[in-house]
Amino acid sequence: MMTSDRRTQSFWLALTSMMLIYALFIVTLLVTLAAYTSPADLWAALQSREIRFSLFLSLTSCSISSLLSLLVAVPTGYVLARWKIPGAAVIESILDVPIVLPPMVMGLCLLIFFQTTLGQAIDGPLRFTYTACGVVLAQFVIACAFAIRIMRGTFEHLPTRTEEVALTLGCSRWGAFWRISLPSARKGMIAAVTIAWARSLGEFGPILVFAGATRLKTEVLPTTVWLELSAGNLEAAVAVSLLLVIAAMFVLTLVRILGLEVKP
Amino acid sequence: MIELSNVKIVAGSFSLADIDFSIGQGEYAILMGRTGSGKTTIVETICGLRPVISGTILLDGRDVTELSPADRNIGYVSQDLALFDTMTVEENLRFGPSIRRQPQKSIDQKICELAKLLDIKNLLSRRTQKLSGGEAQRVALGRALAFQPSVLILDEPLSALDESTRNQMYDVLKRVQQQTGVTTLHVTHSSIEAEVLGTKILVLKDGTVSCQ
Repeated sequence: MMTSDRRTQSFWLALTSMMLIYALFIVTLLVTLAAYTSPADLWAALQSREIRFSLFLSLTSCSISSLLSLLVAVPTGYVLARWKIPGAAVIESILDVPIVLPPMVMGLCLLIFFQTTLGQAIDGPLRFTYTACGVVLAQFVIACAFAIRIMRGTFEHLPTRTEEVALTLGCSRWGAFWRISLPSARKGMIAAVTIAWARSLGEFGPILVFAGATRLKTEVLPTTVWLELSAGNLEAAVAVSLLLVIAAMFVLTLVRILGLEVKP
Repeated sequence: MIELSNVKIVAGSFSLADIDFSIGQGEYAILMGRTGSGKTTIVETICGLRPVISGTILLDGRDVTELSPADRNIGYVSQDLALFDTMTVEENLRFGPSIRRQPQKSIDQKICELAKLLDIKNLLSRRTQKLSGGEAQRVALGRALAFQPSVLILDEPLSALDESTRNQMYDVLKRVQQQTGVTTLHVTHSSIEAEVLGTKILVLKDGTVSCQ
């Protein structure tokens, strides 16, 4: 008969094994990718002006779209979590559309919208279609939906009582939100930005449809991979993919470390 | 002074009607009643956290029925204490008077007095997550008193404490009452708390508050 300790051990072992198998699978994929290229290929890729531009555009557009996503996700998540508005289920379904729809369809929706009178009125002064702003918008539309889900969950798990006590202590609704809710939601905000950033970095379909794949103009790293593959340049495609992985891992690790370092 | 006249409250499917009672200036009133009888609903309504359907609430003779929680001048300690865990103990204490823009000098003096009264001087720089049940209780009490409210409302403040800590808190609450003279409404279902602390006992039964 198994002792209680052994049963507990086997429980954790079974669950940890599942986690390790999946992590190992991802590591294997990354190692295979890294083994396919060489430092020389990577260096050659970095020497290319087009690839350097796409790396720069990827990092800046992802950062802007993730911050914009947070700006929208914080109030939206708060309202969904705290205020029982009529028709909330319908609004939530609408907000989830970018998650459910294939990303390329979202790009198509953007492209068609900017052909309408309203779209053209906006596109006149701001220029979204086939520009770097369009890259940010295409990333934002999808990343924001993920950020909203995270912020909603975050606010749902925060106690409402602290805000109510803050109200009795003299705060206005704005004051309680700003001084109590936001600092308490800090970890959720870091998670939302991280997920929005990561999601934006990997975005390809809507950018291709809405912003195009013009070199030195709207080309981001996933577009570069596709362009290089289309041109039969497998070495460059693999090198850029590895660059994408390195950039993603560096930023995500940095954000997580910074997030953990800020004391609650 | 706290006065409720013909107050009607609706909270979802639960409702209370014709709630009438008054607590005199400087009194320590205990509101008793079974779990789910509506004690917390009444407390939240007095604090302005729930709307009143009809009736009036007077605090020190002032009609506060339609006022926001911030304008009622009530120190409130909730059942779960709800300390601000992104702040230190001192920041928790300073929160109310700072929001109300009281003079810095008077805030410093008040925090010093409260820290001494509640025996939390050595906790001021600590984060609230690290506090024991009794310590957290005293900090929540200090935070509610720091802006010098005219009324103190305690919602089952001692229910989560062990017996020895609860006995210590009886002394703390008596000391606070003697030194500040604040009108207090203490919600509990413990007859011992009522006996030890109360100068007036109110009982909520079948939707009616009666004085014992």
